[in-house]
Amino acid sequence: MRLDPSIYPDLLLSLLPELVLTGWSLVVLLFVAWRHSTVRDLRITGWLTLLALVSTAVATWWLWWNSASVQGQVSMIAADDFRWVATWVFLGAAALTVLISFAYLEREQLLAPEYYVLLIFGTLGMMVMAAGADLMVIFLGLELMSVAVYVLAGIDRRRARSAEAALKYFLLGAFASGFLLYGIALVYGATGTTNLGLIGGQVSLMGQPSVMLLAGLALLIVGFAFKIAAVPFHMWAPDVYDGAPTPVTAFMATGVKAAAFAALLRVMNQAFGQVPAWHEILWWLAVITMIGGNLFALGQRSLKRMLAYSSVAHAGYLLVAVSAGGSTGTSAFLVYVIAYTLMSLGAFAVLTAKGRGGESDVLIDDLSGLAARRPWLAFALAICMLSLLGFPGTAGFIGKWYILIAATSAGQNTLAAILVLTSVVSAGYYLPVIMAMYMKPEPNETAHLDVCLDRWGRSAVTAVVVGLLLFGVWPNRLFDLARSAVETVQPTAKTTVTPP
Amino acid sequence: MYGSWVLTALLAWPLIAGALVLLIPARLAKYVALAASLVEFALSVPLWWTFVPDGGMQFMADQPWIAAWGIHFTVGLDGISLFLVLLTTFLMPLSILGSWSYITKRETGFYTLLLVLTTGMIGVFVALDLFLFYVMWEVMLIPMYFIIGVWGGDNRLYAAIKFFIYTFLGSLLMLVAILVLYLHAGQASGVYSFGYAHLLSNAKDLGSVAWWLFGAFFLAFAIKVPLFPLHTWLPDAHVEAPTAGSVILAGILLKMGTYGFLRFALPFFPAVALNQTVQLIIVVLSLIGIIYGGLVAMVQPDFKKLIAYSSVAHLGFVMLGIWALTLQSVQGALLIMINHGISTGALFFLVGMIYERRHSRLLEAYGGIARVVPLFAAILTIVSLSSIALPGTNGFVGEFLVLIGSFRTYPIATALATTGVIVAAAYLLTALQRVIYNPLANPENEKLTDLTPREITVLVPLVVLILWIGIYPKPFLERMEPTSRALIEQLRPGAALTAGQP
Repeated sequence: MRLDPSIYPDLLLSLLPELVLTGWSLVVLLFVAWRHSTVRDLRITGWLTLLALVSTAVATWWLWWNSASVQGQVSMIAADDFRWVATWVFLGAAALTVLISFAYLEREQLLAPEYYVLLIFGTLGMMVMAAGADLMVIFLGLELMSVAVYVLAGIDRRRARSAEAALKYFLLGAFASGFLLYGIALVYGATGTTNLGLIGGQVSLMGQPSVMLLAGLALLIVGFAFKIAAVPFHMWAPDVYDGAPTPVTAFMATGVKAAAFAALLRVMNQAFGQVPAWHEILWWLAVITMIGGNLFALGQRSLKRMLAYSSVAHAGYLLVAVSAGGSTGTSAFLVYVIAYTLMSLGAFAVLTAKGRGGESDVLIDDLSGLAARRPWLAFALAICMLSLLGFPGTAGFIGKWYILIAATSAGQNTLAAILVLTSVVSAGYYLPVIMAMYMKPEPNETAHLDVCLDRWGRSAVTAVVVGLLLFGVWPNRLFDLARSAVETVQPTAKTTVTPP
Repeated sequence: MYGSWVLTALLAWPLIAGALVLLIPARLAKYVALAASLVEFALSVPLWWTFVPDGGMQFMADQPWIAAWGIHFTVGLDGISLFLVLLTTFLMPLSILGSWSYITKRETGFYTLLLVLTTGMIGVFVALDLFLFYVMWEVMLIPMYFIIGVWGGDNRLYAAIKFFIYTFLGSLLMLVAILVLYLHAGQASGVYSFGYAHLLSNAKDLGSVAWWLFGAFFLAFAIKVPLFPLHTWLPDAHVEAPTAGSVILAGILLKMGTYGFLRFALPFFPAVALNQTVQLIIVVLSLIGIIYGGLVAMVQPDFKKLIAYSSVAHLGFVMLGIWALTLQSVQGALLIMINHGISTGALFFLVGMIYERRHSRLLEAYGGIARVVPLFAAILTIVSLSSIALPGTNGFVGEFLVLIGSFRTYPIATALATTGVIVAAAYLLTALQRVIYNPLANPENEKLTDLTPREITVLVPLVVLILWIGIYPKPFLERMEPTSRALIEQLRPGAALTAGQP
């Protein structure tokens, strides 16, 4: 299905998933304005949100099924498989967040149904980011997402930590937006356009990239690096992840990060395919992020903080895929993002079961003996930890393996070696979780009695674990999807090697 | 046809049985696990007769797995892996029977993990696809980690994480090396596949990259062997692991390292492996392992630690035999791999049995118990003598072959290695004397009970094998000879021809 963006109905059609979700967001907003006082209202809002996410996924699927694409280079909206896959990742992350939020919000007395509305807006922003083929659209999406998530981080108004997280996130996020906007301005100055395809054309005409363009590129990367929490722009991440309510943290660590990465990848490949400098910048960023993230995580005793730093480390692995570039790098990125979203959300979901009031106070040692009392929960967390570690049999391994293939086929063996060495370091903080659960005795009989998930939380965790194991053993479908998605986002084949 | 499904069945059956163990009540777990491992053994026994020594890779099975990357489920067996697979299936029922009364908590988990471990170990030995090999190599890590960490001794957490991180470090670098090899072979041939034969025939002309790749493989395997100075995880892991864990660690897991050298590191990178300096370094390290391991074993107060260090020494012999690359030395190395599994396995069983009675592994806690537990003492003596390599036991055949084989290539190193045999006699005989002879000083030892029928059942098969290989090793040697010859021929054309039948 070819869509011509200059024709109005076609333009609307290319934005179908976003429009569906926008429509739903209004419905949910109206419902919340009308009913917002009881636990039951909260539940209904949650269900409406799930319905919204599912119908958006179906709309996306419909476009994918009809292989919708946009005619010509000049379009503000991209319609390609990369966008659909990224959209599904965001929707999946949001849906799993909703499932673990049901019990959490009730338990923590966060009777604010606006929570779900903000979640929808955040997801919408992410989708716009992945869909944007123009720097302005990407920026719009980024702001929509960020503003919603700033509020979500501070939704627990009674806790100072949550407020602190929101403020910190807002201030540093505003900074990052500033960088990004400045970068866009400079790129516009150098090329006279904000459209990714046109920038790419201008750049290839230019031959030697101008200083202004390079400065713009650098600022763009800084802006994105803030959002993905790459070292050294990660300072906000641990505090914000720590202070925000855990489901929100899960949403930030997966959805927000994936969206920023998706936009970064598209901008770099489509607009700056001819400027090799970004590969090198991202190379260094990846190295220090992997080393920094893993080393910082090693020193954490709080489970939530450890997961926060581990998400920094995983941003480093993802940067390896982006930096490797080429079609292999892009599909490796997609596979890893899917795996990472699952395992990270799973880990946070289990954490919501353990925490009472303050998940940030849950030390790794507090999980001692969990396996004896809650064997399935412990098993789920163990699978998530092994997957985060990149252990064979789990999706995390498949993702890491793909990234390694991407790196080695781009000739970056050093990067691959650093990746695996830092993965060894990560065993130093993932394994203690398993060790505490399985190998240490329960401190007392009642330590884990109140640890449990409700039905929906359980179903979310089950879905995650099944997904991790299934993709770990039989990833063929995942690959087909990821490989079909990259052909459209790659205007130029950079690598000389084309692994199968 | 037995040949076409047996290896797949050997891999699948323990997983199915493991799932079954999870479902049944905990008190039945060990019975089901034992039955499952006996079935597994029975499945594998016909391999011994149906194996054709000259047939190269046999019992092959090949299924596409992840087609996008050219990953197949490819398994096969040759004269090197045959014995390791049989050793695995042979030791598993014994390990389960040996844990009968030792493991008292969380039995379901323990026996499930043992069964999963079986799949992982057999998988490592039969995998002919490097992706499959890597997956199996890592998969067996987790059950072992849990076995040490949950059912181990007082210092188990430290030992478990040390074991894990050492192995993980080596294997991840190997992973990168496998990938580089894969891409190189893909570029050279246009076909991207992780198949062993494909990589072997296409990953040539690596140039200087070969050094890095060999280094990565070397690190992974040397940690597992363990080669001095990478051996420090071993005493901790062996001592802290429960009896079955120690038996499997020593009996099978260590062999994965030497197997890896034979199967991958040597054939893939002959230019590097046969480099004079590399050979010298490895031979010297093996030699240090033999002598240092023996000397350290001599001063251990803890019986289990003593056996652990003796493993370092034995595996040093294996490495020496492999690197000497003569027919006798390679066959000897293969035979020591089996012998060490049998003898050291039996020693760990015996220490575990006496530990269950007295809750002490210290040599000084015993003395003169031959009068109290004569059967135990008799078997301990036989097993110790086989570990010392006394003629008439299996140990002698293996070490003798390695020594005469290696003498051709490295006369000085071999002469020095011979002292290792003397050192072995020194530490094991001393230990034997301190445990079962000497005056019966400690009154607590007077109440010891002798071996139960169950324990005798565990030990008798091991003793039978010790004597069988010691007296009539021909069935073993003739099955491994063609493969060893082919390996040497491949690395050093002409070398195998000059070496006659031992």
